[in-house]
Amino acid sequence: MRIVVAMSGGVDSSVAAALLAEQGHDVIGLSMQLYDQSEGQTTFGSCCSIDDLHDARRVAAAIDIPHYILNFERRFDEQVVSNFVQEYAAGRTPLPCARCNSDLKFAALADRARGFGADAVATGHYARVERDEATGRTRLMRGIDASKDQSYFLFSLTQEQLAHAVFPVGDRPKDAVREYARTRRLPVAEKPDSQEICFIPDHDYRSFVGKNVPSRQGVFVDEQGQVLGTHDGIHRFTVGQRKGLSVAAQRPGRRNGSAASDAAPLYVLSLRPSDQQVVVGPRSSLERTTLTASGVNWIAGEPDRPLRARVQIRHRHQAAAAAVRALGDARVEVAFDAPQIAITPGQAAVFYDGNVVLGGGWID
Amino acid sequence: MRVYFDYNATTPLAPEVLDAIARVNREIFGNASSVHHFGQQAKAVVDEARSAVASLVNADPSEIVFTSGGTESDNFAIRGAAEALEPGGRRHLVASAIEHEAVLNTLKALARRGWRTTLVPVDQSGIASPDRVREAIAPDTALVSVMHANNEIGTIQPIAEISAIAHESGALMHTDAVQSAGKIGVDVRALAVDLLSLSAHKFNGPKGAGALFIKRGTRLQPTMTGGKHERNRRAGTENVAAIAGLGVAARLAAAKIEREAERIGTLRDRLEGGILSAVPGTAVNGAREARVPNTTNISFDRVEAESLLIALDLEGIAVSTGSACSSGTLEPSHVLKAMGLPVHRTQNSLRFSLGMFSSEAEVDQVVAVLPRLVEKLRGLTRKPVSA
Repeated sequence: MRIVVAMSGGVDSSVAAALLAEQGHDVIGLSMQLYDQSEGQTTFGSCCSIDDLHDARRVAAAIDIPHYILNFERRFDEQVVSNFVQEYAAGRTPLPCARCNSDLKFAALADRARGFGADAVATGHYARVERDEATGRTRLMRGIDASKDQSYFLFSLTQEQLAHAVFPVGDRPKDAVREYARTRRLPVAEKPDSQEICFIPDHDYRSFVGKNVPSRQGVFVDEQGQVLGTHDGIHRFTVGQRKGLSVAAQRPGRRNGSAASDAAPLYVLSLRPSDQQVVVGPRSSLERTTLTASGVNWIAGEPDRPLRARVQIRHRHQAAAAAVRALGDARVEVAFDAPQIAITPGQAAVFYDGNVVLGGGWID
Repeated sequence: MRVYFDYNATTPLAPEVLDAIARVNREIFGNASSVHHFGQQAKAVVDEARSAVASLVNADPSEIVFTSGGTESDNFAIRGAAEALEPGGRRHLVASAIEHEAVLNTLKALARRGWRTTLVPVDQSGIASPDRVREAIAPDTALVSVMHANNEIGTIQPIAEISAIAHESGALMHTDAVQSAGKIGVDVRALAVDLLSLSAHKFNGPKGAGALFIKRGTRLQPTMTGGKHERNRRAGTENVAAIAGLGVAARLAAAKIEREAERIGTLRDRLEGGILSAVPGTAVNGAREARVPNTTNISFDRVEAESLLIALDLEGIAVSTGSACSSGTLEPSHVLKAMGLPVHRTQNSLRFSLGMFSSEAEVDQVVAVLPRLVEKLRGLTRKPVSA
């Protein structure tokens, strides 16, 4: 079978390509150039990502498969980066990797793959797909390695996309993936895992967004609406954030508050883009029991009655028991059995039955 | 059978060239600057190659300086002329908009250091008109640099006329002949240029060897400084084996230049005609008459060149989207843009370039495979993601 592997230059997609080639598939490596790395990059070594493309090329040479770099700068900018900036500007916390998966890798890249006669697109995600012969649907499941599972970022893939998706490392623990890379002497075997959003240099998303939206000052307010200080734009904050609030010192003394409650740390509770307010308060106020989500994608089919599921609300969140009720129009309401901390608009709520992804949507 | 139709990117070595390089590497290791026997042996090899290159372009051997290739020759010509003429108050440089990056980026580098630069536009056929060059020239123009043949579309520029205009105002004339030398007759006297760049690997010589013709009496500042090699013009121990390969390639090319141009031109026309009639929605970019005989650049409507290039490679057919030198990825061609082609045509064009080992069978194979690939890609273009 001819399979295109989306190669990022990291160890996971490199091993994915190597495994498929070893299994005898006709493997084509494709890497996406996502942002301009040519102009003005005169400081050698300052940019990691052109190195990543070269790493992908070296791996492809090592396992003897053809490899091409495709220019997706414009699409990436339109479909991922713009959305990322707009979401922050709107007081939400975006999830660009999920957008990139459903709108780029398994969309534009998959279209190209079909043009090259490929039957499937493989990536280095820690997730599994399984065909359900009874229903004819494709099941999406968590990767075997729970600590590395990336199914959360794949919830928006359609059945059509999943039917042609291959995740070769999903049934292996990370250690085994690295070990395999070493055994095959892949040039990226010891390369550290990437931790950051690929287009944000130095993890500094605030500067990145700040460059792309007009800076608008605003104020911190407490839950009663009392102004506590000023800030340089709501895009600098995310629900649940504690660090960098710079309001503790500015906090006016409470008329009847105790010293102890004044010292309690403040968290971002919500963001109000209409008047640029950042609402802060104690950790206990971050707790919520319900959420609504829209743009819901039902991988396992839309249920005709409310269902019980475990719902995950961010990448590093322990999925929690909840009732999920469809509201129509691709929206759902999720009612957790126990309150959850920092339900964050813009992130995804993904519904699981054990390891199986039932579906998911974008938190309102 | 793999088909290689990317001779403008680089060419395979001619067997005689390979033999010469191997022989020199095996038998002659001396430094061409050394006084003793070993040095003299090496010097003789370099001198023979110099004569060969000189006769390829109708120059005197003393006017040929060996370099590491086309890019170095272009840098040497432009930077060397700019520096040499600067004390006389000449701080302006002119080039065509369709030059190779070796020229364009050298101009940009000089612009950052205070030189004024002007790029001469080309017409829709991809040719820079002498009149436009005349408009671009200023009293303090130091150098005019216009390529002889364009690498992407193959068009041949009116160098002799442009030289005359450059000389009228006392400017030096350089031509980047990397894509013409060895393919068509190149005569530095007929072109009336002061400086001419060529590169061995574009005509079946080795990579890493090239030459700059410097007309006798031309003031040029060396850009590579060091020892007294190449008559003080280009320092660095000569790459004797590669230079020997360049010399043999030059002799081979000169011996059969008209015959080969005829043979390859016939193949190119067969390919071009075959594609235009077998694939609907195709058109040739640039002038079809004033062109090197090995090159055709074709637009494919509703196809991304990037995809077609890859689809062809997966079928064992190697072509290019234009200049191979950028980043290995694809930007819209600056040449097609300069010709005023609409954006989609700058992104849907492929370059087919033929050469020494190209055959009719290869041409027919490409013409046979293309319609299916194009049709498949057209079927997918802009297909919305099914929900």
